[in-house]
Amino acid sequence: MTGALRNPRTWIALICLLPLMRLIGLALTDGLGANPIEFITRSTGTWTLVSLLVTLAITPLRRLSGNAGLVRYRRMLGLFAFFYACLHGLTYFWLDQFFDVAAIARDILKRPFVTVGFAALVLLVPLALTSSRAMMRRLGRNWQRLHRLVYAIALLGVVHYLWLVKKDVTEPLVYGGVLAVLLALRLPWVVAGIERARRGSIPGRAGTHLPGRAE
Amino acid sequence: MLIRTPDDIPPSEITPPDVYRERRRFMQSLGGLALGAALGAPAAGAQSLPGVRRGAMTLDEAQTPYRDVTTYNNFYEFGTGKADPARYAGSLKTRPWTVAIEGAVKKPGVFDIDTLLKLAPLEERVYRMRCVEGWSMVIPWVGYPLNALIRQVEPTGNARYVEFHTLHDPAQMPGQRARVLDWPYVEGLRLDEAMHPLTLLAVGLYGEVLPRQNGAPVRLVVPWKYGFKSAKSIVRIRFVEKQPITAWMAAAPREYGFYSNVNPNVDHPRWSQARERRIGEFRKRDTLMFNGYGEQVASLYRGMDLKTYF
Repeated sequence: MTGALRNPRTWIALICLLPLMRLIGLALTDGLGANPIEFITRSTGTWTLVSLLVTLAITPLRRLSGNAGLVRYRRMLGLFAFFYACLHGLTYFWLDQFFDVAAIARDILKRPFVTVGFAALVLLVPLALTSSRAMMRRLGRNWQRLHRLVYAIALLGVVHYLWLVKKDVTEPLVYGGVLAVLLALRLPWVVAGIERARRGSIPGRAGTHLPGRAE
Repeated sequence: MLIRTPDDIPPSEITPPDVYRERRRFMQSLGGLALGAALGAPAAGAQSLPGVRRGAMTLDEAQTPYRDVTTYNNFYEFGTGKADPARYAGSLKTRPWTVAIEGAVKKPGVFDIDTLLKLAPLEERVYRMRCVEGWSMVIPWVGYPLNALIRQVEPTGNARYVEFHTLHDPAQMPGQRARVLDWPYVEGLRLDEAMHPLTLLAVGLYGEVLPRQNGAPVRLVVPWKYGFKSAKSIVRIRFVEKQPITAWMAAAPREYGFYSNVNPNVDHPRWSQARERRIGEFRKRDTLMFNGYGEQVASLYRGMDLKTYF
C-alpha cells in the first residue's frame, strides 16, 4: 500500500479522476444546474481537451527539464484523455440523443462541429488500442508514425469547441493558443535550440539544475 | 386569437398560484432562504407584485421551477455563462429607471418605471420560452400587452418597426466590458408584431418583481420568437421606418435574422432546431412551429418565405 502511495502514477491517476468525482458528487447533490445534460457534456469535453493538452505537454517538458523519466506518465495521461472523450461521446449518444441512430448520423454529417468532434473520437480509438508496451514493440517505428495522429486529434478537438460556441470564442482560443505553443515546441529548430541552450548553460552536464527548470 | 381560459386545462396539469404561494409561505416560515432556493421556490425577500390578475393566460404544461428560471440565463451584459447573470446582476440598479419613447410617435417622452408599471393592469401569462440554443422553459410572466403602451404614444404613419435598447452601462453591467456584442443590445419588431396581443411588456415572474438576471425592471416577452428577441432591461423604445439591425444580426448576420421566429424547419447554420430540451426534462421534445403559437401569429407572416426571412 505504501508502495502504491509512493508511486507518482497513483497520484496522477487520482488527480485525473477528480473531474469525474466532482461530476458524480454534483449529480448526487443536485448541483448540476438547470440543464444537467449540457453541464455533463461541457465538463467531459473540457476535461478531454485538458488531458489531451497535458499529454502533449510531456515531451516538451521532458526536453526543457531534461527529465527523461516524465515519459513514463504519458501513456496514462493519454488514456485518461481517451477515457474522458468516451464519457463525452457517451453523454452525447445516450443522454443527449438517446441512441437515436438516425438523428446522430444526421448530426455527424450535417453539423461541422459534430463531424470534427466525432472524427477526433474515432481517431483516438487506434491510439488507445495500441498504447500497450507490447503493441509498441510490435509496431516498431510505425508506432510513432501512428501516434502522431494525436496532433490532428487535438487540433480537431479545439476546432470542435471553436465551432460550437455561440459567440464568445475566448475559451476555445485559449485552448488553441496552448496547443499552438505545445506544437511549436516540437519544431525541429526549436528542439535544437532547447538542446543547445541546455548544453550551453552547463557544459558537459546536460539537463541538470537549469535555472528555473520545471519539475 | 385564442387565449386559453383556465377551464381549458386539466387541473392536474398546473400548479395553481395559490398552491405555490402557499408552498412559498411555508418555506419562508421555515426561515430557509437557502432551503427555499434549493427547492425552487422564489427566494424570501423577493418582492411580490400587487394587483396582478392571475391566470390571464395559462398553459397545460408544467412550469419551470423558479430556481431554474432565475439561475439559467442568457444575459450577456453580465457574462456569457448561464450562471453569470444570477451571480453578477446584483450591480444593476433598477431604481430610478426611465424608458425613453422616441422616433415616429405623436407623443414621445420619458416614462418613469413606476408610471410604466401603472399604465395598464398587470396580468399573469404563462408562456413557453424557446432559446435559439435548443432548450426551453415555461414561465409565468407578469406584465401587460406592449400594445397598451404603443397606443398611448400614438405611432405616426412612418412607424413601421420598433427598436428596443437595453441599458448600456459597464459599471452596472460588467459583461459589457468585453466586446462580445456591439453594445448596447438592440432588438426590434415589426410594428404589427409589437402590437400583437401576445407581445408582453413584462415586469415580473412567478408573481414577483422581475429578478435582475431576468431583465429587470422591464423587458419584452415575444413567445413565438427565440428568446434573444425579448430585449431585457429596456431603457429606450424607438419607432422607426427602416428595419433595425439587431445586436445578433450585427454579430452574425448569417446565423441570426431579423424575424427569428421559432421554426423547427429552419435550422441554425450550425445546429438543428427540430427539437429542444425542456429544462427539467430528460428527453428532447419536438419544437413547435412558432413555438406553439401558430394559431395566433401565423397570419402575420402570410406569403412570406420563412427560410428567407429567418
